[in-house]
Parts: sequence; C-alpha cells; structure tokens
Amino acid sequence: MRLKLEKRPDPSRFMLYATPVGAVVLTMLVGAIIFTLIGYNGAAAVYQVFIAPLTLSYKWGDIAVKASPLILIGVGLAVGNRAAIWNIGAEGQYIVGALAGTGIGILTKDMTGFWILPAMLLAGLAGGAIWGGIPALMRNRFNVNETLSSLMLTYVAIHLMNHMVTGPWKDPKGFSFPQTALVTPSQTLPILVPGTYVHLGIVITLIIAVIMWFLMSRSLFGFQVRVVGSAPNAARHGGFSQKGTVWLVFLLSGALAGLAGIFEVTGPFGQMSLGFPQNYGFTAIIVAFLGRLNPLGVIIAGVVLAITYVGGDLAQSALQLPNASKGIFQALMLFFLLASDVLIRYRVRLAGNVSAPMAVAARSAAE
Amino acid sequence: MSIDYIIAVFITVVGAATPILFAGLGELVTEKSGMLNLGVEGMMLVGAVAAFATVDLTGSPWLAVVVAAAAAAAVSMTFAVLTLSLSANQVATGLALTIFGTGLSTLVGKSFTGHGIKPFTTLFPDWLANDRFGKAFFSFSPLVYFSFIMVALVWWFLNRTRGGLILRAVGENDLSAHSIGYSVIGVRYAAVAFGGAMAGIGGAAFPLVLTPLWAEGLTGGRGWIAIALVVFSGWKPGRLLAGAYFFGLLGTLELYAKASGSIFTAMLPSEGWAALPYIATIVVLAIISSSKAGGGNAPACLGKPFIPST
Amino acid sequence: MIRLNRRHFIGGAAAAATLPMLASRATAADPLKVGYIYVGPINDGGWNTAHEAGRQEMLKKFGDRVVSQYVENVAEGPDAERVLRDLYNQGNRLLYATSFGFMDSAVKVAQAFPDVTVEMCTGFKPSPNNNLSNYNIRFHQARSIFGTMAGMLSKTGVGAYLATFPVPEVISGINSFTIAARKVNPNFKTKVIWINTWYDPAKEADAARALIDQGADVMTQHTDSPAAVQVCESKGVPTFGQGSDQGQFGPTMCKSSSLDLWGSFYTLRTQAKLDGSWKPEDTYWGMKEGALDIAAIVNVPDDVKAAAEKQKAAWIDGSYDVYAGPIKDNAGNVKAAAGASLNDGDILGMDWLVEGVDGTLPS
Repeated sequence: MRLKLEKRPDPSRFMLYATPVGAVVLTMLVGAIIFTLIGYNGAAAVYQVFIAPLTLSYKWGDIAVKASPLILIGVGLAVGNRAAIWNIGAEGQYIVGALAGTGIGILTKDMTGFWILPAMLLAGLAGGAIWGGIPALMRNRFNVNETLSSLMLTYVAIHLMNHMVTGPWKDPKGFSFPQTALVTPSQTLPILVPGTYVHLGIVITLIIAVIMWFLMSRSLFGFQVRVVGSAPNAARHGGFSQKGTVWLVFLLSGALAGLAGIFEVTGPFGQMSLGFPQNYGFTAIIVAFLGRLNPLGVIIAGVVLAITYVGGDLAQSALQLPNASKGIFQALMLFFLLASDVLIRYRVRLAGNVSAPMAVAARSAAE
Repeated sequence: MSIDYIIAVFITVVGAATPILFAGLGELVTEKSGMLNLGVEGMMLVGAVAAFATVDLTGSPWLAVVVAAAAAAAVSMTFAVLTLSLSANQVATGLALTIFGTGLSTLVGKSFTGHGIKPFTTLFPDWLANDRFGKAFFSFSPLVYFSFIMVALVWWFLNRTRGGLILRAVGENDLSAHSIGYSVIGVRYAAVAFGGAMAGIGGAAFPLVLTPLWAEGLTGGRGWIAIALVVFSGWKPGRLLAGAYFFGLLGTLELYAKASGSIFTAMLPSEGWAALPYIATIVVLAIISSSKAGGGNAPACLGKPFIPST
Repeated sequence: MIRLNRRHFIGGAAAAATLPMLASRATAADPLKVGYIYVGPINDGGWNTAHEAGRQEMLKKFGDRVVSQYVENVAEGPDAERVLRDLYNQGNRLLYATSFGFMDSAVKVAQAFPDVTVEMCTGFKPSPNNNLSNYNIRFHQARSIFGTMAGMLSKTGVGAYLATFPVPEVISGINSFTIAARKVNPNFKTKVIWINTWYDPAKEADAARALIDQGADVMTQHTDSPAAVQVCESKGVPTFGQGSDQGQFGPTMCKSSSLDLWGSFYTLRTQAKLDGSWKPEDTYWGMKEGALDIAAIVNVPDDVKAAAEKQKAAWIDGSYDVYAGPIKDNAGNVKAAAGASLNDGDILGMDWLVEGVDGTLPS
C-alpha cells in the first residue's frame, strides 16, 4: 500500500481556496504543539502571532504598513512567474529604487514644492526598472540564467547601498552614523490615518494590485505572459516574442520593487540606513506563490505574512516568546502552503501494489 | 612584504575559504542534478548550531562534524520532499528553508550563547604546526584537509563514475534519464541530501575553527556567497576550489591592506571589495553562458520541475 | 470611487483606534509599566546583555511597584516605531530605547503620545513634548585604563583597535586608548581597522588576525561579539573585552573588560517617573556615578595592575581626565591647548583621530 497522486482533469477550484486556509490552520496546530513541547504556552503563542494582531484595531495600520511592500513587490513577481521568468532579485531592485529616489531627495533637500515627492517616486520606479533591466539584458544578449544573475545583483545592490549610506550620502549632521538625513516634509508621503503611519503608498499599492489583476486576467498582455509561460512554442507561433516578454517582465517587476523601496524611504523609514534592506524582496517571492500568482491573492498573502510579523513582536512582548519563533511560524506556514499546492492539481489516493515506480512530479500550480 | 607575512595571509585565507568551499561543493552536486536549493544559508546555520551544541555537550569536534552534517541533511529533506514529491517551486521552498534554518538555529542556540568551546586542533605535532614554513601546511584543522579530499572525491564521482554520469544526465535532461529508467526523483533526493550535509559541515567550520562561540546568524550570509561560488566555478569542482580561495583572498586582502594602512585600500571602498565576488560571478556567468564551450556545463534542468512524459 | 474607498478606510480605522487606549488607562494603584527595546538578542554577551542586567536590577529594586516588558532583536526603522507604539498601547508609560538607531522612532513616539516618557540611549535629539531624555555612558574612561595597560604591556609599541563605524563613541574610544598608551610609551602607535559592521563574528576574527599579523602585540575591539577576544587568546596577544566580562572567551589573554552598568540609572529614572518628578534631562555618567566599571584585572604584572587601579580611582574621584590638553590630532592640528580640556560636546561629537593613531577616518 502506498500513497499515490492522481492528476485531476482540471485544477480544483475548491482546493485553490481551501488549501491556504488549511495550511494556516495546520501551522497553528503544529506551531502550538512545538512551542508547548519546548516549554512555552503554545496556544497563547499561536493566539499572539495569528489572532491578536487582528483583534487589536490599532494594529491594523501596522499590518497594512508591513503588507504594502510585500504586496507591491509580490504582484510584480507574480507576473514574471506566470511567464516562467524568474526574477529573484527584487530585493536588489527595491534597494536601487530606494537609492535612486533618495538621490533626488538629497538634491532637493533645501527645496519645497509639490513636485518633489512625485519626482522621487518616479526615480524609484526608474531605479528599480534599471536594476531589473540588467538580468533581462543579460538573458536576451548572453543567454544568462536570470535567476542567478538577479540574485547576484541583489548583493551588489546591498553593498552599493552600504557604501552610499556610510559614505557620500551620510547625514552631514548625523555624527557619522551610517544613515542618510531624514526626508523633509515635501518628500514625505501623506499620512492617511492620523496617529498611525498608514501612508498614501498603501492606497497606491492596492490600486496597482487591482490594475495588475485586471491586466493579467482581462488583457492581451496577460494572455501573452501566460502563453509564454505555459506553452513557449505556441507563443512563438502566435507571434509573442520571448525576448520582449523577458524585458517586459523584468522592467515591470523591477519598477514595482523600486517603487516599494522609495515608498519605504518617503514613508515609514524616512531615510536610508544600513538596516534598510528588510528582505521584503525575498519574502515577496514567497508571497507571490502563496497568493497563487494572482494579484488579488497576493494582497491576501501579503496581509497574512504581515500579521505574522506584527504578531511575532506582540508574542515577544506579551509572552517573552523568543524572537526566532516568528521565523519558525513563518517557515512552517510556507512549508504547509507549498506542500498543499499539490492538492490543487492532484488527488491523493491510497493505491495497492504499484509495480512501476511512479514519479510523483509535475508542474506546480505556478507553471 | 616578508615570507612570514604572506604565510600569515595565506592561513587566514584558508580559514575564510573552507566553509564556502564545503557549502559550495554540496550545492554544486545539488545543482548538477538539476535542483536549485537556495536554502544554503539556513542549512549552514543548522550545521553550525548542531556542531556547537555537540562540542559543548560531548567535547568531541569529530562527532560534531558528523552531527552537523546529519542535522543539515535532515532539514534539507524538507526541501526535497516539498520540491520533489510535492512539486513545489524550488526558489520559494529554498527561501523558506533559509527562514526555517535561521529561526531554528537561533531558537536552539539560545541556551548556548555565552559559552566558549575548545576548537578543532591541528592533527600534526607542534614542531610541524608551529614551524615557520611548516605552518603553511600543517597548522590547519582537519576540516581543511577534508575539504580537499571532498573536492577530489566529487570530481572523481562526477567525471569518472557511473553514478556521476547518471547524476549529470538527470540534471541535463530529466525526461530522457527517466525514459531510460533512472529514478530522477531518487537521484535528486540523494543530491539534495549531500548538499545539505556539505552545507552543514561548512557551517560547522564556524564554531569548530573560526569563531569557537555561538551567536545568532553566525555564518553572516556566507551561504549566499557559496551559491555565487558555484556559479562562478561554472559547476566544476576544480574551479570551485580555486574560486573559494579567490573569494577568501578578496575578503582577507582587504583586511590586511587596511591593517597595514596601504594605499591599496584606497583603490576601492570596502563595500566594493565585498561586492567583488558577486560582480565577478556575474561576469563569469555572462562569459560561460554566451560561449558555447563553457555554457554546456550549466545543468540544463536547473531549477525546473520534473514532469514525466508518461 | 477611490475617494470613497479612502474615506471609508480612514473613518473605520480611526474610530477603532481609540478603543484600546480607553481600555488601557491606568489607575493610581496600578504598578508602573516600563518597556524596553533591544537592538539584538539579550544574551549577546555585550551591549544588550548589559542593558538587560540593568533592567533586572531596576526591577528588583521596585518589586511589585513596577512591571516590565521587553522586545529584543528589534530592527531599526519602522519596526522599532511599531514596537514602541505597541508597548505604549499595552500600557507602558516609561520606555527605554537602548540603541542609537531607535532615535528617530523614539522621538516620533514621544511626539505622538504626550503622556509617555522616553529615555533614549546614545541619542541626541530632543522631543517637542518635553518627554524625552538622552542617556549615555563615558565609555572612553575604561578605554583609557586599557590604553595605560596596553602601553605598559606592549613590547613593539604597536597596538590595534578593531573598529566598526566612525561614530563619536568609537572614535573617542580609540583616542582615549591611544592618549593613555602614549603617556606610558610616547612612541606608541594604534593601528585601526574599520570593518563597517557591528556584528559579523567571522569577519571580526579575520580582522583581528590581520591586525596581529601586522605586528600589533596588544589589541582591543569595539565590536559586539567576543570573536576577536578568542583570536587574541589563541595568538597570545593581550586584549580587553567590552560591554560585559568577556574573560571566559580569553581566560589568559583577556586582561579585563569594560562593564556597562545601566542599573542605577534605570533605577533613578524609573523612581523619578514613579513619584512624578521626572524631567527631561540628559545623563552622561561614568565611573564616578557607578555607570561604568572594569572587570577584575587578571594575568598582568603587578605594576600594570597597580597603574590601572590607580587610574580607575582617579576617574572616580575626578582627578584624572584623559582629554586634558595639550592634544593634537594625527594631522598635527591642536584640539586642546595645554591647560584646556575637551568638553562633553567635543567628546560626544568627536570626528578626528588623535596623534599616534595610524590611519584616517573612512569618508
């Protein structure tokens, strides 16, 4: 007797929606057991990480702030992954976007005007797109694997940023501490909810996510991306350029990551410092998958992940749960979600004697 | 610049190169089978904390190496099960594995912070290990010699054995390997486990040799350098060895140049030195990808899920 | 459509936001809630361990009159602000932010909540609500004692200083160490490596090896992990720990460690908040006030130990000042004339290296 996976004729709609819920519930159960076993109040820990942030209304703004960059980067990546083009360098594009915008900020630090903030945001878009354009160029010109090149470029971006904030862009009044000057009022995203730091960028993020959903599901662009991803040969016959799609995907996802970066500078961070890279670019890859590569799904996935960040800190102050628990909970949830993907396309059957070794592999839902 | 100084620099380079050599060697074999496991940093941390705990509790660095390899191989199996048996996306799963390994090592390591352990000592008698020239060869921990043996073994396995041929076939063209009757999934499971074990030993080199203490995030991002190293090497064990020492030299030279106050450092800011391994990797990647001769060495199925034709 | 959504969003969130604040309003009989945030793990054996020890000492003093919460490993930036707000919303009315990188977050929180009191470690910005103070320790006092010992212990006259970033706290440590060493040995030179990280044990260890291979026969470090101390132990080079006692990582070679003692400060300021006498006032304590000490001096000749202890006593009774003139920087400019001395502002904003330091500040 062994478990056997049997391909469904069509992806299961029920499983598409049920598995994320199941994975989160499973994470809570397993998490509670693990933390009880190692000597903490497991149930309380799960409550603090997953539920408490939702019951405390003053945390809603925090969740939105934390989710926003994950969603913005995640929707960009979701497009690329649909086309089977793997940009894993969003963290670098996020940083370079932030740097480009900060550069404008430093040039305009003594000026005022309504145009300054939009100029910074545009620079952020451009910076991210340029950094994202490098792997696209390398893929199209030299046939370089874009997964590897975009990852390497992330580390180049991090060191570039370290250089700028410890060197030329250091706050002249900051006693040499490795950070740039705070943004001026003309450079700051308007706060929408007084008393929180819920900023305009969050609304823009949501609008972009909805537009992306529309583009992906209702436009020729979305069709092209999906065809290039799922049937490259057919795409070629249909006149969709593979190279063009690579450019499109990288410039788009890079630009959105760059915009997310400059949103953080002009919003919550208010500056760039060595602590600026928060791994949003990497976490967003996971968010894109959790959201089933659907921009609306990415919104939900971003919020769920943001809850665990916010809840992880709550659990620490309320229960003195070690900080590392946050990572354990997140990883468990990701593992369960990634594992449950298989249920969308396959049915699990108990089989009798299977003579031929049955390879249980297939394209993930992503493909 | 005296010979003693060069030997001193060399000894530091060896220390810096050994962990990334181990982790890179494991990842090379994993990638040769067509799997891209981005969880190296997480597996290294699990190896590091397992090694530290073992020495702290039993006093045996030899046992610590074994435990580190086993622990990291065990966590690598979450990656294998998810990507191979449940066909989850490799990039996302690898990143999740890094998050998991970082969190797990921190949690386990909490009770070991603030302890100091006795590091690995050299195998050779003091008169050899402390000799002015002898120390360039005999002053190292057993892990260093073991890393050379592993490079040779991996080269021999990949190029001279049937197993290596199958592994490469699986990474080059999983569908034909499958149709000939090889177990693509089985080979990849083994390759991921080997990659995990090697990353674990690479992580173990931190508490056993470099910094005999436990601290959160002890490996300081070197798992990512190891991934760059594999690409830099063009998936060849010999070049991986050279690359590991080259990367180690880049980091070490900067510090020695700074300590001597040499103008050498003025050529490039410190962050430039730190970024050099990645820039070099991108350049090498462009060269080997565009030239037909070297391009064939990159596993064609790298990172792609396996879909059997039947 | 967008406008409608936005208004709805604002209204809902704002109305809900007022509820928890009503719920957490404290009554007079309730204990004072005191929140701490740490930039790293509390068991790092250095900076954060020292702050946590201070918190524990304060808690012991007040018994059930005070309850306290802490959050460790808080990233600088918006996370810090979120955690500070969290602690406030959980009822904490006295907040200790224990790392420089929390400064702008601490100022914002002090600005947002007039009834909170914030103590900001190593910061320099005031709060418009008059509810924020900065506090710091005269770390350079311990460094000068180590400089004196280093000057006596060194045979080559070359010392080394493993430095992180060119911020005033680190620079004044280097300068103090060098000035004191040169009072013992006028030819003493200090080699400095800037490693541009607070925390990367393997890099710290490699940098320590580089400094020793370069001829330094005594060294000290300003990094967060004890990795450099371990290298000194294995190479037989005298060294000094920082933050808390690092002797266990260098049983023979770690001659002493500087000890940050935050406990009496935390007790004093918490007491002030309890009895309502708290006023914003910056604190810059040293050995005299018991905020800084050195661990037991071990494995050195008697004269070295005696010199160190004499200097410590002089710091305590106020008769010693390492920054008394004449002082020149390493480009030859006079920084304090004979008879003059550097004031607190000079020390807290130090951006030059003293004569005898090999090297320059990274730009």
